[in-house]
Amino acid sequence: MADPFRSGASLLVADDNKVNRLLLARSLELMGHRATTVADGRAALLRLRETPHDLVLLDIEMPEMNGFEVLEALRKDLALRDVPVIVTSSLEGLENVVRCIELGAEDYLTKPVNAVLLKARVGASLEKKRLRDQQKELIRRFATPEVAQDLETEGFALGGKRVAGTVMFADIRGFTTLAESQPPEETIELLNTYYTLMFDAIGGHGGIVSQIAGDGLMAIFGAPLPLLDHADAAVRTALDMIEMMELFGADRTAAGKPPIRIGIGIATGDMVAGYTGTRERATYTCIGDTVNLAARLEQHTKVAGRAILVDGATRAALRGDIAVEALGAVDIRGKMKQVDVFAVPTPAA
Amino acid sequence: MAAEPIDSATFTELKETAGADFVAELVETFLVEAPAMIAELRSAYAAGDAERFRRNAHSLKSNGNTFGALALATLARQLELGGMEPVRAAGGAPLDALDAEYARVAQALTELARG
Repeated sequence: MADPFRSGASLLVADDNKVNRLLLARSLELMGHRATTVADGRAALLRLRETPHDLVLLDIEMPEMNGFEVLEALRKDLALRDVPVIVTSSLEGLENVVRCIELGAEDYLTKPVNAVLLKARVGASLEKKRLRDQQKELIRRFATPEVAQDLETEGFALGGKRVAGTVMFADIRGFTTLAESQPPEETIELLNTYYTLMFDAIGGHGGIVSQIAGDGLMAIFGAPLPLLDHADAAVRTALDMIEMMELFGADRTAAGKPPIRIGIGIATGDMVAGYTGTRERATYTCIGDTVNLAARLEQHTKVAGRAILVDGATRAALRGDIAVEALGAVDIRGKMKQVDVFAVPTPAA
Repeated sequence: MAAEPIDSATFTELKETAGADFVAELVETFLVEAPAMIAELRSAYAAGDAERFRRNAHSLKSNGNTFGALALATLARQLELGGMEPVRAAGGAPLDALDAEYARVAQALTELARG
């Protein structure tokens, strides 16, 4: 009952028959939703343009504007065409059902509507809408308004926007040596386990894996969806990753295999995020100085002999309970100026 | 014609899913709306307005099914799908049958809603 996606939605019931209207509204209210009712198609459109609704239950036989006309009008309206519609009608004939579906109706229920069926269909439609809204939100977050508009109408576009976030690079220490010392099948299996664990840790803190190549991966925190405390989330992810590798290493040691060590570099700041590539093959990624710095810090872990290195901006954004150790200003490849580098001590270190 | 104007299984299910108090209100609404629909049906018939005739028959059918007034719904459905021609051929008899069945339904619903 308390499922936030399946109750508490706002629905519009359009039916010219008062008994039907009252009964549908009652059924929806018993499911925990809010229902507004209107008696004809024109009133339905006006109400939808006035207030956003999550779902419409639409009768076909109505004065002023019938259900078919409402479906057509909704489809032409850029702001309303994604509002899901379930047609509830006692109109007979399969051709009417087909026509509704062709006009974009999500579903068709015959009146009198069975309460259990109604609940299932309403739940499914709301869930679908939630996923669509989420996708639209993703697009809105990473793309410029022009690109978002393009995506809305064309489905896909390349482009980027400036965001503040945290980038992480990680790779396996001595991977080449490791790969050469064992059969390729074993390496693939090792990588699969490694990536499963890393994806878990990254996703668990709200990050996304943007790229993987060989034994290296790049993760973004704060894009495409904004993330509060993205720097803090990234560092906590890194600590989780190290801990998982410790556990994984213990398993491997028990099996007579060498443990796995990883190095992680993290940097925080502005970057350009979006899809890059071609229309056929694109990847969501970030580019900019922050990204380069994170990659350099990851490489520097080998020199510094530390598992996790972060930049000053990341360090400054950390909550108090994570200890860091200043390593001082360091020369970083590709950087004119020296960069202040901080190590995050790990239990193993 | 069915022995009982209201199918008790349908009506019981309606009460169980929507609540007895709510169904009592719904019956009240129907008892106000239905005579108006029947009057509209007759006036559409008199005026030769096939579309209005069909729409009102359609609404009556829909509500009849909701309450389990299956005989009433069947009569209304015949009017909805058959149009005015058969009614004219029968000298208006189907409309009288509809009136009579509605009277039975109204009485039965009034008792059921109280019970």
